[in-house]
Amino acid sequence: MPSDLAKIAAPSDDKRWRIVDATMRRHGRQPHALIETLHTVQEAFGYLDDDALQYVAAILRLPLSKVYGVATFYHFFTLKPQGKHTCVVCMGTACYIKGAPQIVSGLESRYGVTTGETTEDGELSVLSARCLGSCGLAPAIVLDGDVVGRLEPSAMLERIDGMMQKEAVAV
Amino acid sequence: MTFEDFGKMAASAQEVEEQYTHHINVCMAAGCLSCQSDLTKEAIEKEVASRGEDNWCLVKGVGCLGLCKGGPLVEIESAGVIYEAVAASDAKDIVDALGKKPVKRIQCDEKAPFFTRQVKISLENSGVIDPDKIEDYIAREGYTGLLTALNEMTPQEVQQQVEKSGLRGRGGAGFPTGLKWGTVAKMAGGQKYVICNADEGDPGAFMDRSVLESDPHRVLEGMAIAAYAVGANTGYLYVRAEYPLAVKRLKNAIRQAERLGLLGANICGTPFQFNVEIRLGAGAFVCGEETALISSIEGNRGIPRPRPPFPAQSGLWGCPTLINNVETFANIAPIIRKGGEWFAGIGTEKSKGTKVFAIAGRVENTGLIEVPMGITLRDIIFDIGGGIPNGRKFKAVQTGGPSGGCIPEEYLDMPVDYESLAKVGSIMGSGGMIVMDDTSCMVDMARFFMEFCMTESCGKCVPCRVGTRQMYDILTKMTNGSATMDDLALLEELCGMVKSTSLCGLGQTAPNPVVSTLRYFREEYLAHIEGKTCPAGVCEMPAGVGVSI
Repeated sequence: MPSDLAKIAAPSDDKRWRIVDATMRRHGRQPHALIETLHTVQEAFGYLDDDALQYVAAILRLPLSKVYGVATFYHFFTLKPQGKHTCVVCMGTACYIKGAPQIVSGLESRYGVTTGETTEDGELSVLSARCLGSCGLAPAIVLDGDVVGRLEPSAMLERIDGMMQKEAVAV
Repeated sequence: MTFEDFGKMAASAQEVEEQYTHHINVCMAAGCLSCQSDLTKEAIEKEVASRGEDNWCLVKGVGCLGLCKGGPLVEIESAGVIYEAVAASDAKDIVDALGKKPVKRIQCDEKAPFFTRQVKISLENSGVIDPDKIEDYIAREGYTGLLTALNEMTPQEVQQQVEKSGLRGRGGAGFPTGLKWGTVAKMAGGQKYVICNADEGDPGAFMDRSVLESDPHRVLEGMAIAAYAVGANTGYLYVRAEYPLAVKRLKNAIRQAERLGLLGANICGTPFQFNVEIRLGAGAFVCGEETALISSIEGNRGIPRPRPPFPAQSGLWGCPTLINNVETFANIAPIIRKGGEWFAGIGTEKSKGTKVFAIAGRVENTGLIEVPMGITLRDIIFDIGGGIPNGRKFKAVQTGGPSGGCIPEEYLDMPVDYESLAKVGSIMGSGGMIVMDDTSCMVDMARFFMEFCMTESCGKCVPCRVGTRQMYDILTKMTNGSATMDDLALLEELCGMVKSTSLCGLGQTAPNPVVSTLRYFREEYLAHIEGKTCPAGVCEMPAGVGVSI
């Protein structure tokens, strides 16, 4: 078994593929390692591209259709690269009644992006989450990995503007 | 490790703590961390170190202290004082005040009902122990439940204690836990599995996250006891990938428990073997359904299958599998330690023990609470929760997430237990409680939840896949002022159809938010349809239409 698997080369000689290989090896390259492996790919590369899906399918000996099916079934996985900054807006019940929709529409009017999209210049990706479990902080958003909460929608938008502008000045 | 070694370890851990005159606990759960409680802790540590006295004050990062709205929270354990919204700049004043009068400016009222009316079982260690240290857990009777079970009880006796306790599944449906364990235990030997469902998908619920972040060992201990009772040797913890901190703490906890021989082969010198692995969820609400969750652990799309056979008979990889929720497992160790009868003494006749609720939305004290079953909704919202902020009027409380319903004011004095909540058209659910005031539109809420169920439907069965879409479209028409009375009739018909013909819990309960709002707030629906107005002013109606009628 290892000999024919060894013939399947990683999509590139990027070192991050070793991390992906390690995850698959840890689960004995069994088909049930699929979700764990996709998590590792996304953590290492930021998103799942076609090459990654094909490679994982080949090593775990799964049909590509199945790998694609799983990758698109779960909301956590993304097949598109993310922008330089990400803003995840929580759309859980508590955040919803405390103004999350205003944050989303505010972002749309300011930056021209709807949820799930990235601005054309690749600066900002806006995503939505079902619930961050930070309901005590509603409305909550995750700005580049940091949870920001307990701000009125207008103050929240200013915070996002601030982040984007700081970047512009620095450039 | 033997019982004696274990006792010695607990004693020495306690001794280390008792050397200190003062104990400062800083909340390091996700809520407070996002308000930078890590910086607060660092500042306090630095301040304490600068006083240069040994064994004077112990600064500890602990799990959730409960009152999330006041983060970052700091507790002076030795004095029973709690400070809220503590910034790094407050560190000096706090350390100065040790052993003296507390700092008034940031002090919380610890006599407030929020603190005094709670009864803590699952959360007894939350905010008390450092979740990253197994010694801290052991110092507070941690793992003695497992040791007692292994050394003094047969698997049947363990199962009987759980049955006697009257504990019911805390994931929402309320199936008797002892009965579930009994079913798995009775299956013929061979490979069996224990799964902990930590895929907390309900929007507005964060009980499981807090338990995992504050006291991960308690969940592991509960799983190990369950494995002993049913004869399993492998466990899976299915956690949402959206909870990175919980995953990190669990991984650390598993490693520590393995090192001390509390997980792995020959646990505490007995023939019992149990290993736990973590599996990450990937953001699919339907995976909270047990057969979908199993399918996800197997690496497939999370799609439910018909039951029977139940997972207890044929679950993970076709083997008998016990699935319980995080909070259910969190109750196991105390039940074994103190006996099933003790647990059965708390709560109501049919709903025993306590329940953790996450209260959020338009309420003063948002946060995490644990209360005995049978407490009234009014006590939770107005006494513990502190009522509605800004002098607004209470409208409804939503329990059970997208599978639950909205409960109006007239039922506020109803006791909270599985049966009462079901009677008024909601469910206990996993424990999310969202309070709404008069700025929320109930038709809009129903549409919000329907949008949720529609997107989260796995697509396997037609009633759920198509039905939720149709209901969503009708609700959208209502909120934009283009619905007719025929639409309302169709909506009601669809509610019954989707409920009775869907395959799994997601579809069967998806109409609940609509049914309950139609039951209690029908006039709001009529205002949207006939009057083309939104009484709460949330929905945007076409201008002028409302006036012409």
